[in-house]
Formats: sequence, structure tokens, C-alpha cells
Amino acid sequence: MKILNCPLNGPRNIAEFSYGGEFHRMPDPSHCEPRAWAEYVFFHDNYAGIVTEWWYHNATSYWFLAERDTITDEIIRTYPASDVFREPVDFSDETDADHE
Amino acid sequence: MPFGLLKFGLSKTYPAQHHFTPANTQLKNRYDVVIIGAGGHGTCIAYYLAKYHGVTNVAVLDKSYLGGGGTARNTAVIRSNYLTEEGVTFYRESVKLFQDMSNELGFNVMMENRGQLTLAHNDATIRSFRWRAEVNQHLGVRSELVDRQTITELVPNLNMSEDVRFPIIAGLWHADGATARHDAVAWGYAKGACERGVELHQLTEVQGIEVTRGKVTAVTTNRGRVECGCAVQAVAGSSSVVGMKAGIRLPIHSYPLQAMVTQAYKPLLTPHVSSPQFHVYLHQTSRGEFVIGGGSDPYPLYSTRATLDQKETLAAAVMELFPFLSQVRVMRQWGGTTDMTPDYSPIMGLSPVENYYLDAGWGTWGFKATPICGKTMAELVATRRVPEIIRPFELERFYRFEQINEAGATAASH
Repeated sequence: MKILNCPLNGPRNIAEFSYGGEFHRMPDPSHCEPRAWAEYVFFHDNYAGIVTEWWYHNATSYWFLAERDTITDEIIRTYPASDVFREPVDFSDETDADHE
Repeated sequence: MPFGLLKFGLSKTYPAQHHFTPANTQLKNRYDVVIIGAGGHGTCIAYYLAKYHGVTNVAVLDKSYLGGGGTARNTAVIRSNYLTEEGVTFYRESVKLFQDMSNELGFNVMMENRGQLTLAHNDATIRSFRWRAEVNQHLGVRSELVDRQTITELVPNLNMSEDVRFPIIAGLWHADGATARHDAVAWGYAKGACERGVELHQLTEVQGIEVTRGKVTAVTTNRGRVECGCAVQAVAGSSSVVGMKAGIRLPIHSYPLQAMVTQAYKPLLTPHVSSPQFHVYLHQTSRGEFVIGGGSDPYPLYSTRATLDQKETLAAAVMELFPFLSQVRVMRQWGGTTDMTPDYSPIMGLSPVENYYLDAGWGTWGFKATPICGKTMAELVATRRVPEIIRPFELERFYRFEQINEAGATAASH
């Protein structure tokens, strides 16, 4: 059994978690070019080495970040997303207002 | 036979014909085409370039050895019962080329037309099977929905009990399903290519790709620098790593996929049997071993290590389908790297670098595409025109949001 240390629940079996993709800053969806959006949605660094990625604890619906070595499968560090996102992300924009 | 073996063992010179001739020579300063990766795909491109396009100043470079990556690690399934029109058309041509491959190469690739049976354990799967059967038949691929009685006739040993976790309620029978010896495919193409002047350089790792004004001019290797007219990357699980050397970021995540083989048993299973519900598929080789494979691992990794979780899942699944396998020992297990794309379709053709061609994103569908991929990629390299059959698979499709959602792919659950 491989153990992942969840920032909320402590050390748990990795089978309780889902991989959530590489961590990249989201471009502004309402103002970025379609190519930049495609790049963000579909393309990956897929780096061989230490990467930062999203993980999700299925049972508690908890998203967090992990640093993992994709060659050795060693999990180096896990931390809550609030370490990176100091301010709440504002998903509203003027295009939403247009539809209302 | 024993005397023949003795003669073979005592002979001072190698008494049989070599499968292929690896280049013992130094790398030349320049090749018209450098192919990175000497698997089935890379050698097949070289073969078609040399035989059908007269392009023979070609080097196939591999950091390891011939056919040692995805070519050796797949479970040797050949089929064309996919779901998208682009996918079915492409794999249909591949199956045709496989059927004639031994004649084409003068080399026995042990192609066996076994048929493939995919199992439905719920109504949603039956609906998708009807869809697949209709698409397949429309495009000239033999697929049909079959009932429990027919399944019993096709695979008499299958556990048809209704008192199990997931009873079998129907199947998709694909008469074109087949298998072939995967190593022999790479050996045969390498032999045919080398006989026509192509150089195969093993233990030659491409460490850098020189791009000048949007064009590839040379590759640097652990054995020196080589100039090239153009380059093709056919490196399966290392696609992102090699692509980045040319400055190309790809829509790929590399996941391990684990498989295993049991001890040999008497011949009792002819077709491939696959269950999307269990994420398992198996067939019996002509040697008698059961080859068992599953879906990709749950998260990306550049390692081919085994996990007990995955092995337990595979074993539990095959024991429900074929209970007698509980008595069979697992002889070998291994992992390979599957380069998964967001739409479960390959990435073939042009790249953002002018004379650099991509043969990537082969996830769980690379072996079965080997001949058609090599043939069409060679045509692209030789003529600089993208063959129509692979045009839908170009990298640029992701920027146009025109993915080819291949829900008929193995491990398409990711």
C-alpha cells in the first residue's frame, strides 16, 4: 500500500485519492486567446522529475497540491491549496452579466 | 533436431542468417532522415521509406535496443473495432497490412486471426456495442452484437454464471481481431530496412535537437552530432521528453500500464476476451501462456514498476471470468509506458517545427497501428504531403478544439 499524506486527513492509502493533473495557473478564460486556452486545457509538461500537481481525496472532496517525483514515484511534500491561493479566485466576469 | 542444435552450438561462425544487421560503423555526419526510436513504428517508417520511396540515407537511432520499449511491452492485440470514423478507418487499414505482413517482409510475424470478444455486463455497455457494431459494419469492419448463447459457443470456458458480481449479458464479436508476435514485427521491419541501406544504431541516445530558424538541422547524441534533412520522433512513452528537446510541448500524460503472463496451459482459449467493466483483457498465446493486461495506472509515472493493487485487480477479474485460472501461476509481470492523449487518439504528422514529424500519443493503441503508421508517416516524410487517412490526427487539432473522441480505446476511462 502506498501512502499519501493528505493535508486534511493525514496519511491515507493512495487508492483513496484521485490524480487531478499538473498545477498551472489558469489564464483568464474570458480574455485569453483560444490557442492559450487550448494550451492550458490539453497540453502538459509531462515532466520526468519533480512536478507539482493537484490531488483529490475522494471521501472528503478535498483538493490539495503535491510535489512528486515522476521517475521514482516518491511524494516529496503535500500542502493545502490555500498556501498558493491567498485570495479567493474570482470566476465571475462581464460576459456572465451579458447573459443575465 | 538435436544434431542440428549441436551443429549450431559448435559452429565457429554464426550458422544462421541474422535477423537484421545493426550498423557497427560510426555514425555518418549527415543523414537525409533521422528516425528517433527503433521500435515497430520507427523501423516500419524506415522500411517504407527505403522500399517504396527510395529514401535510404536513413538512420534509426535508439537509446536502448531494437524493439525494447512499447514494442516489447504491449499485449499484442490487433483490432479495428473502434468507435470514431477516423479511428475505425485508420485501424482497418492497419489490420489489412498485418494480414499480409509476413509475405511483405518475408519474415514470419506469427499473425493469427483469433477474433476478439468484448463483454458487456450492463445495459449501457450494450448500447455502446450497438453503436460500435453499426459504425464498424458501415466502414467494412466485422463487428456484431452477440447473445449469451453465441458467447458460450465462441468461448466455452467462460464463466456464464449469473451468480457473480458482474454477470455477462452480451458481447461484441470482432472477427477481424488478431494477434502477432510483437518483437517479430520490429525485427522484420528492421531487417527489411537494413537490407535496403538503412542504418540501425542502438545504444545511441538523442540528447539534443538543434532547431535553427524553425527547422531541425541536427541531433546530438551520446556518440556525436549528426546533421539531418528531417527528423521523426517515434518514441512512445518518451514522447514528451524527446518533444521538449525540439521545443514542442505535447498534450500527453505518460501512465504505466501493467500486464502479466501465466505458466503455459493446454490450448483452450482461441479469441481475445476483453471486459471494459473489469478493465481486463486476456488471450492465450500459441505457447499456451495466458497474457493478461489491464487499464493504465491511476496516475502518471515514468517507471515500469509493479504495484500489488493492479496485480490483485487483474487477478480478481480474470478469476471471475475464467475460474480455472485460480490454479495457474503467474510467471512474469511487467509494465510499459502509455502516452495518453486527451481524446485517446494518436498524434501523427506535422509539428510546429518545419521538418520535424511526430509519431506519438500511442497510449494503448500503438502496436496495432504499427504498419499503417509506418506506411503513412513514410509517405509524409518522403512527399511532405500529409496522407488523408492521418490528417485528422495532427497535433493542431487540439488548438482547433477538434479532438477525435475515441471511446473505443482501451483504458479510455482516464
